[in-house]
Amino acid sequence: MDQIKLQYFGEKFNELQSSNPDAFLSRLRKEGFSNFSDKGLPTHKNEEWKYSGASVSNLFHKEYKLTEDKNQLPVMKDDIDEMRLPGFENANELVFVNGKFVVELSAIRSSSEQIVIMPLEEAENGDYKEIVKEHLGKSNLFINDGIHALNTSFIYGGVFIYVNKKQEVTNPVYLYHILDAGDNHILSQPRSLVFIDERSKLQIVESYKTIGSMDSFTNEVFEIVVNKDAILEYYKIQNDKTTASQVATTHVRQIGKSFAHTLVISLNGGTIRNNTNIIMEAAGNEAHMYGLYLLKGKSHVDNHTLVDNKMPNCFSNELYKGVIDGSATGVFSGKIFVRPDAQKTNAYQSNNNILLSDNASVNSKPQLEIYADDVKCSHGCTVGRLDEEALFYLRARGISKEHAQAMLLQAFASNIVEQIKIEPLREYAEELITERLSEVNTEE
Amino acid sequence: MLSIKNLHASVEGKEILKGINLEVKAGEVHAIMGPNGSGKSTLASVLAGREEYEVTDGSVKFLGKDILELSPEDRAREGLFLAFQYPVEIPGVSTVNFIKTALNEKRKYHGEEPLDAVSFMKLMKEKMNLVEIDKSLLTRSINEGFSGGEKKKNEIFQMAMLEPKLTILDETDSGLDIDALRIVASGVNKLRDENRAIIVITHYQRLLDYLQPDFVHVLLNGKIVKNGTKELALELEEKGYDFIKEEQNVTSAI
Amino acid sequence: MKEERDVLEKTVASDYKYGFVTEIDTDVVAKGLSEETIRHISTKKNEPEWMLDWRLKAYNHWLKMEEPKWPNVHYPTINYQDIIYYAAPKKKQTINGLDEVDPELLKTFEKLGISINEQKRLTGVAVDVVMDSVSVATSFKKQLAEVGIIFCSMSEAIQNHPELVKKHLGSVVPMTDNYFAALNSAVFTDGSFCYIPKGVRCPMELSTYFRINTENSGQFERTLIVAEDESYVSYLEGCTAPRRDENQLHAAVVELVAMRKAEIKYSTVQNWYPGDDQGRGGIYNFVTKRGICSGEYSKISWSQVETGSAITWKYPSVILKGDNSIGEFYSVALTNHFQQADTGTKMIHIGKNTRSRIVSKGISAGKSQNSYRGLVRAGKNALNARNYSQCDSLLLGDKCGAHTFPYIESKNNTAVIEHEATTSKIGEDQLFYCRQRGIDTEAAVALIVTGFAKEVMNQLPMEFAVEAQKLLAISLEGSVG
Repeated sequence: MDQIKLQYFGEKFNELQSSNPDAFLSRLRKEGFSNFSDKGLPTHKNEEWKYSGASVSNLFHKEYKLTEDKNQLPVMKDDIDEMRLPGFENANELVFVNGKFVVELSAIRSSSEQIVIMPLEEAENGDYKEIVKEHLGKSNLFINDGIHALNTSFIYGGVFIYVNKKQEVTNPVYLYHILDAGDNHILSQPRSLVFIDERSKLQIVESYKTIGSMDSFTNEVFEIVVNKDAILEYYKIQNDKTTASQVATTHVRQIGKSFAHTLVISLNGGTIRNNTNIIMEAAGNEAHMYGLYLLKGKSHVDNHTLVDNKMPNCFSNELYKGVIDGSATGVFSGKIFVRPDAQKTNAYQSNNNILLSDNASVNSKPQLEIYADDVKCSHGCTVGRLDEEALFYLRARGISKEHAQAMLLQAFASNIVEQIKIEPLREYAEELITERLSEVNTEE
Repeated sequence: MLSIKNLHASVEGKEILKGINLEVKAGEVHAIMGPNGSGKSTLASVLAGREEYEVTDGSVKFLGKDILELSPEDRAREGLFLAFQYPVEIPGVSTVNFIKTALNEKRKYHGEEPLDAVSFMKLMKEKMNLVEIDKSLLTRSINEGFSGGEKKKNEIFQMAMLEPKLTILDETDSGLDIDALRIVASGVNKLRDENRAIIVITHYQRLLDYLQPDFVHVLLNGKIVKNGTKELALELEEKGYDFIKEEQNVTSAI
Repeated sequence: MKEERDVLEKTVASDYKYGFVTEIDTDVVAKGLSEETIRHISTKKNEPEWMLDWRLKAYNHWLKMEEPKWPNVHYPTINYQDIIYYAAPKKKQTINGLDEVDPELLKTFEKLGISINEQKRLTGVAVDVVMDSVSVATSFKKQLAEVGIIFCSMSEAIQNHPELVKKHLGSVVPMTDNYFAALNSAVFTDGSFCYIPKGVRCPMELSTYFRINTENSGQFERTLIVAEDESYVSYLEGCTAPRRDENQLHAAVVELVAMRKAEIKYSTVQNWYPGDDQGRGGIYNFVTKRGICSGEYSKISWSQVETGSAITWKYPSVILKGDNSIGEFYSVALTNHFQQADTGTKMIHIGKNTRSRIVSKGISAGKSQNSYRGLVRAGKNALNARNYSQCDSLLLGDKCGAHTFPYIESKNNTAVIEHEATTSKIGEDQLFYCRQRGIDTEAAVALIVTGFAKEVMNQLPMEFAVEAQKLLAISLEGSVG
């Protein structure tokens, strides 16, 4: 990281801090910035960034502009309409512009008895300040690289969501991230906190859209806390331009015996790094993690997952699948951590990859770190191409090679997509995937 | 040979056996029958010394010794053999190696020299014929990939090799087709003599057709509620366990 | 279950039976590392100029390097100035036969159960023995020479076969490869050299026994095996060290070169002193082992049984350059007490139709940490490359750790790579089944562990397998509770 950029971030940081330096958020930011100044951006020498450090550092050679305020609204209603996801009529739609939650553009459809949605700063100063203080920033303990610290340095303008006890929220929360890269390369750093209280349920969906011809970089941290007997479903769909890059962290803490279900679909983009963490802080937790990456062109998608078992009797199952075409690169790094107290952990992890083209590549690093003995853990990883036998079988029945290939890939992807439990969203994802896979046409 | 007095046992704080009394003499075959959940397999496990089961009261004497004080391996070395309902797979350990180790451990316990390879092979051949077990099974990892019938035959083969004083057959008939059942039963019958005793734990009559027990006991809710001869088993087969339950209700009502 | 744990703990607490020290006259170069030390070693060994230059180049490179921090092991900083880099049993100028070898030395090897007596031909194993820094005896030389095989110490090879050494030394593990390889290149004192000419199947197993004896000394041996076209050799390596309260460094380099249709089978039973049950002492075993399948249809197979060393850091690797070449790695790593092992392999697929297979069995007991770390890489031109990896970990006791860090990299869409790993504890139902048959817990654990490791044990030459099996049982003693 060169001096000029560090100076730019420093100035912006000081501007942000000058408002109220003693507040909780300010202190958090201060810690973040000092951490960022120490560490800088991650490089491939950092084991956690072995396969993506270079790509991300290279992106930062560009001059990204940090947008400090949400007062100007360059975004038109049309832009939002364009990115609305199926099922929106029934959803709480939250709009983020360049990383800042814009209340005016959002539509909240659930009752306030069920769910509270407000800007993070408002929560920090109001009735929810204890929750914010106790739970915001915990991801910093698990990811201590510079880019995460950069997000922490600029915590501002995010959203705070609180689900009351015993509320099964039937309206999912859709988060639309709009990046306005019309005039400048844009650096967007949303930081949000969700707390799902006892015996409640919430579905969250995130999606991204870059407007304009310049580049966007989203450096997002999303912290979600799941309390006792609560249910979280989290979905992320990445289908943005090739000029849109991301480092997106979803940090889920299951602080009571609860259920979490995460699913990340990456279809288009520049360089994408997803950190999906599940921290088992209570006994008897259950988590399911899914990922699907269908890559082409020069996309680089890195899915980093962590299941940290701190308490006994937790169950986790993880399945990530990738189809890599063009000159794209897929990276998977999954870690299952079983701490000494986490007896009777059952943890499974699987990563399957299909390479379609000569220039596609994949790096996979499934890991088990186990410090308790009464456990059942396993991981599996495969890298290969489409099953030639199956392909031949279909062709022998008169199905064209392209069609046969698409069918097989569709089948490969299907057990991920069917894990989307919001029906209109699942149908939408199926369409996107069908469309994508029918484009695939590898030359022999 | 075996004397069980007022045996109470529980698992995870739940009492399963609630005062069992049973006397088994050398040469006898006893059948213990009962519906699911009556405590049959618990009794087998307690006798063999499974550590999850806690004996809360009563005593078990085997050949004059208090076996509740002994470790599972010492009980085995004293001559108690449990044919498991679900024999465990141990990858990489061949059946031959396994039995040889077990046999020599037992010999060592009794102050005997280990069997040399030639004598061991001779003994094995002899016993293999007795229980009609296929030679190829013996070089494979113990129980790994064995069919249900093969596993049970393997149990009886081990019984033949280890020549126990008391054998407990825990639901040995479960999961067997009629041919396998016949082979297993005839193997057991060949190993019967006046110095050995057998306890057959079963839900059904069919194994008893072959084994012809001297005594039949009905276990219900952790207690032996009825004793009889093989005719009792036939009666159970015909009427099911309900009639005994009814009898019990009547008794307890009085 | 608690009792079982106690037994587990007891079973895994065993004694190291090779912990004696041989009282023998030793020629030692003072502690410390500098250009001076290296010149001194080179002079003592009467080495040619090119060898000294090579060493100095390595040394200067090493000075610029940093000790690797990525392995999952922890140890206090090593003071490289506090190590003796050269220690050799004093001997006559030349040894004409084994009868001239110091009888104390022969006794040492008797104790280790290694016969270097050429009279005992029945064993059919040719042995090179390396004590501290130098090779002290090589048996069966004459018989091997008759078929053109060169099997001698590295020092002799430098003197007598400089052209072969020059050509291959550092060709697989360059002196700049890593921190410990650079250090070894600078200060290596001896090791084994083995050359199998074209078309020759080595008629017997070749074997090297390594022994660290002198206090505070490091052992830096270097082994080079070259198998010419259509040749075959099976090579065994064993190692032991005395018990001492301090840690000793062992940083070896092994290089294998397999030409067209050649096959090298390299088996190791690593039993360096692991330290005591409090974690005091033991060898730091930081070793670089790598083979290259340079010719088509060649094959390199590594088998290892690792039970010793306080810390192990080694990844026997195969570079599959020749088309249709095959790489294999079979490993059993057992750690107990406070041992730490970070071991695995690298399979680098470069050529077409190359195949590799990895079978790793890790057993952790006591308070030990056992990590598998492996890389499988299919390069851009590795058409139809195929890999299968299976890594299983078994945990004995609740204070140890078992970790798996595979790296899978593919740049070829016709390559197929499969990796599977499992971690579980020893089955309570398995233990009970054994005990019901009269086998006590300790014996049952040994039986189950041996079964768990069987696939790997089967890869070892017969004699070695028996030794390895005993070693597993001994190393487990006191681990069962």
